Amino acid sequence: MSPTADGKKLFVWREVVVLMDLSLLPDGRGTNSFCPGWEGSATTMHQNFLQNNFEDVRCKCICPPYRNITGHIYNRNVSQKDCNCLHVVEPMPVPGHDVEAYCLLCECKYEERSSNTIKVTIIIYLSVVGALLLYMLFLLLVDPLIRKHDAYTQPLHNEEDSEEMRPPVDSAAAKANTVLERVEGAQQRWKKQVQEQRKTVFDRHKMLS
Amino acid sequence: ISPAELASTPTEEPNGSGHLMDFLDEPFPDVGTYEDFHTIDWLREKSRDTDRHRKITSKSKESLWELIKSLLDAWSGWVVMLLIGLLSGTLAGVIDLAVDWMTDLKEGVCLTAFWYSHEQCCWTSNETTFDDRDKCPQWQKWAELMTGHAEGAGAYVLNYLLYVMWALLFSFLAVSLVRVFAPYACGSGIPEIKTILSGFIIRGYLGKWTLLIKTVTLVLAVSSGLSLGKEGPLVHVACCCGNLFCSLFSKYSKNEGKRREVLSAAAAAGVSVAFGAPIGGVLFSLEEVSYYFPLKTLWRSFFAALVAAFTLRAINPFGNSRLVLFYVEYHTPWYMAELVPFILLGVFGGLWGTLFIRANIAWCRRRKTTLLGKYPVLEVIAVTGITAVLAFPNPYTRRSTSELISELFNDCGALESSQLCDYVNNPNMSRPVDDIPDRPAGPGVYNALWQLALALVFKIVITIFTFGMKIPSGLFIPSMAVGAIAGRIVGIAVEQMAYHHHDWLIFKNWCRPGADCVTPGLYAMVGAAACLGEPRRPQKRSSPLLRQSRPEKRSRKKGLNGTSREESTPPTLATDERGPRGKAPLWAFLTQDPTRVEELEALIKDTDYKGFRVVISRESERFMGFVQGRDLPLAIRKSPFKQDGVVSSSVVYFTEDAPLLPPTNPQPLKLRRILNLSPFTVTDHTPMETVVDIFRKLGLRQCLVTRSGRLLGIITKKDVLRHMAQMMNQDPESIMFN
Repeated sequence: MSPTADGKKLFVWREVVVLMDLSLLPDGRGTNSFCPGWEGSATTMHQNFLQNNFEDVRCKCICPPYRNITGHIYNRNVSQKDCNCLHVVEPMPVPGHDVEAYCLLCECKYEERSSNTIKVTIIIYLSVVGALLLYMLFLLLVDPLIRKHDAYTQPLHNEEDSEEMRPPVDSAAAKANTVLERVEGAQQRWKKQVQEQRKTVFDRHKMLS
Repeated sequence: ISPAELASTPTEEPNGSGHLMDFLDEPFPDVGTYEDFHTIDWLREKSRDTDRHRKITSKSKESLWELIKSLLDAWSGWVVMLLIGLLSGTLAGVIDLAVDWMTDLKEGVCLTAFWYSHEQCCWTSNETTFDDRDKCPQWQKWAELMTGHAEGAGAYVLNYLLYVMWALLFSFLAVSLVRVFAPYACGSGIPEIKTILSGFIIRGYLGKWTLLIKTVTLVLAVSSGLSLGKEGPLVHVACCCGNLFCSLFSKYSKNEGKRREVLSAAAAAGVSVAFGAPIGGVLFSLEEVSYYFPLKTLWRSFFAALVAAFTLRAINPFGNSRLVLFYVEYHTPWYMAELVPFILLGVFGGLWGTLFIRANIAWCRRRKTTLLGKYPVLEVIAVTGITAVLAFPNPYTRRSTSELISELFNDCGALESSQLCDYVNNPNMSRPVDDIPDRPAGPGVYNALWQLALALVFKIVITIFTFGMKIPSGLFIPSMAVGAIAGRIVGIAVEQMAYHHHDWLIFKNWCRPGADCVTPGLYAMVGAAACLGEPRRPQKRSSPLLRQSRPEKRSRKKGLNGTSREESTPPTLATDERGPRGKAPLWAFLTQDPTRVEELEALIKDTDYKGFRVVISRESERFMGFVQGRDLPLAIRKSPFKQDGVVSSSVVYFTEDAPLLPPTNPQPLKLRRILNLSPFTVTDHTPMETVVDIFRKLGLRQCLVTRSGRLLGIITKKDVLRHMAQMMNQDPESIMFN
């Protein structure tokens, strides 16, 4: 959708609103006095929504100081084919015969970005950092308190049999391998791995860089 | 060496319930896997892959389904590359966007939408002026937001304070996350990846938690204003992605050699997204990182690097449709006389490299031995505090290093209005922007010069202390910054000399008044390249753009210490029979005669042998084959799953056919598949140089030594390394993870 088409759409919508209001009025008063706020806010809302994508493209022209004119930067939402000095620099600070010389000094660039990408990325990143922070606080503060209750059962769980596989001795105990217990087991293993890594990196300083 | 540690009891249930949650159980290590901190056996991996391929090819002729499976197997390599490229590009885009935003967060915030960085916030504004093209009312500094005053001493102090506080917060978060979740995420990662690619195993270094934490903390570390870059860690991130996708296909997850081909390609993708240069990435992988790089890997690396670069382009983090981090165009040629300052910059690069290496190694040694190493979190906070306090006053160090480098590379045309481009312009000038003749420097340029000199000293000193801390850190960008600053200073000096003394002999031929001769931006680029090549010496790397490829591409790194290639006098194996340590015999033998499972288990439990030789019988010690020390207990332990009915009193046999036993005996256990029937052997008169060459070129892990046809012993890669360390009077104990 080209920017001009957007403009047209906006324009049409406003017209519809105006028409509707006029028809509802019994005594022929103007719409402005009937419901000015509603119409204004509705159109600005629509405008804002379009603005997000509307203003994700721009043509930026930088014009250096020329004679007694200071330097200036011009921004306009035009399409790529219209991105040149003549379309963007408005109002033109020099008289007609000088326009060509002035425009030769200006440099125009077409740029676009995706504001939605930026928004989504930053919000996802912040939520990931927040989640990691919460988990870290949980591991450092809450977990030791919970583990204290299970302290007496720890040695039993951590027993390592390096013998051959025993068939599941107690089928009732084996069935108690619920999801929660397996998550527990996986978490314990992971913690042990991290501890090993920590010993290597922090205590023995064995990493190269 | 202790035998394979199986950390906790395997929780596999024979009745196989709960397959969904099976990934929570510890994977039971398979025969043929390697212990942590050991090297792989390249020959074995290669032969296993050839076997697998041959099996698939022969089966593909059977039916259409098998043919499709063989095609899928052939294509799996390209699929993995595609996935790696997509994920690396995405993560790099996320990192770039987040770094942009968080770096600006230290100074202020965008009022319309808090997720916009400074540049993005003022993107749509019409209030930007030519001189202050960054100012717009939507983005306010913290002092302005909190107190309403934009200028003044109070506002400055408040901005300063908040800058330092944000920097401290970011770095504290980074180091805490690294310490709690993934200690392997610290450092740049490139030396360890080189080690892994040459055949070493470091479990967990390329894991999922490492990937997540490295990505998250890299953003925090770079945003905190510390003097480090993100290019090295991006290679680590890309290799973690490579490892992640390897586990999807058994072709790569079960074969360590094939996995390393994928990791080489992933490293190329990592450099490709760091600089937006796919070919540079492939060259980096080829020259610097990889050990084994066949032609097939070249094409696959290029594909992965391309996909990664295109994904990054789609995310478009730079907002200007450019891929490359530093995009500069120079239109004036350089002259031969300019080689003199270029050579000076090269000398500067070399001097800086030496200074940095020596100082950094000394500081790291201090970290290892004294109390400094016991407080990593405090160290990070202290260094960040010092960096922020010293960096804020100087506008060139206050901004992010990449922005600084971009500005230094920039040629000063008429469109620039920064302090560095404050030249005295001819008001009647009407030439196009890139052919402006040399102009005298205005006061802004001289101001910028001494500020840049201070920034140079600051960066040189602070990088020495920053590198080696326990957060993700890269060295590319700080090196380039140092070189770019030095280059720009030299360039401006030459430019002003050429302008003011254009009648000197050297300038007369080349520089006419009114012409554009000297481009200081080009000097900055040369300086950056010179300084980038230097701090690689300890790990023997070099800037791939400046070196030609060496003929021996398979230069491998042995262990984690770079070792020199010279051996003084070639000792032979006869002089060090059992290796320089002179320990107990390193082998035991199993015979082809039937033994029982429980005897074998007793043998394994009491001893910790690296390997077992299998002989025909105890009387004639004719050598039959070799069994890896780790494989035997694993094979015995897995036996109940593979063959039913095997118990402790079962007979073990290594021959092709089972021995004749009375039917009352339990099922015998065939262990022929773990037997290596063709191990490499050398005699004890082989010169040590040849032995080292064999290890290096063939990628062996161990080699058997014979004398007069009888097996004498075994020599492993670590024995060779220890011997070489002793020859160089280094401590043989430093060979890692004994």
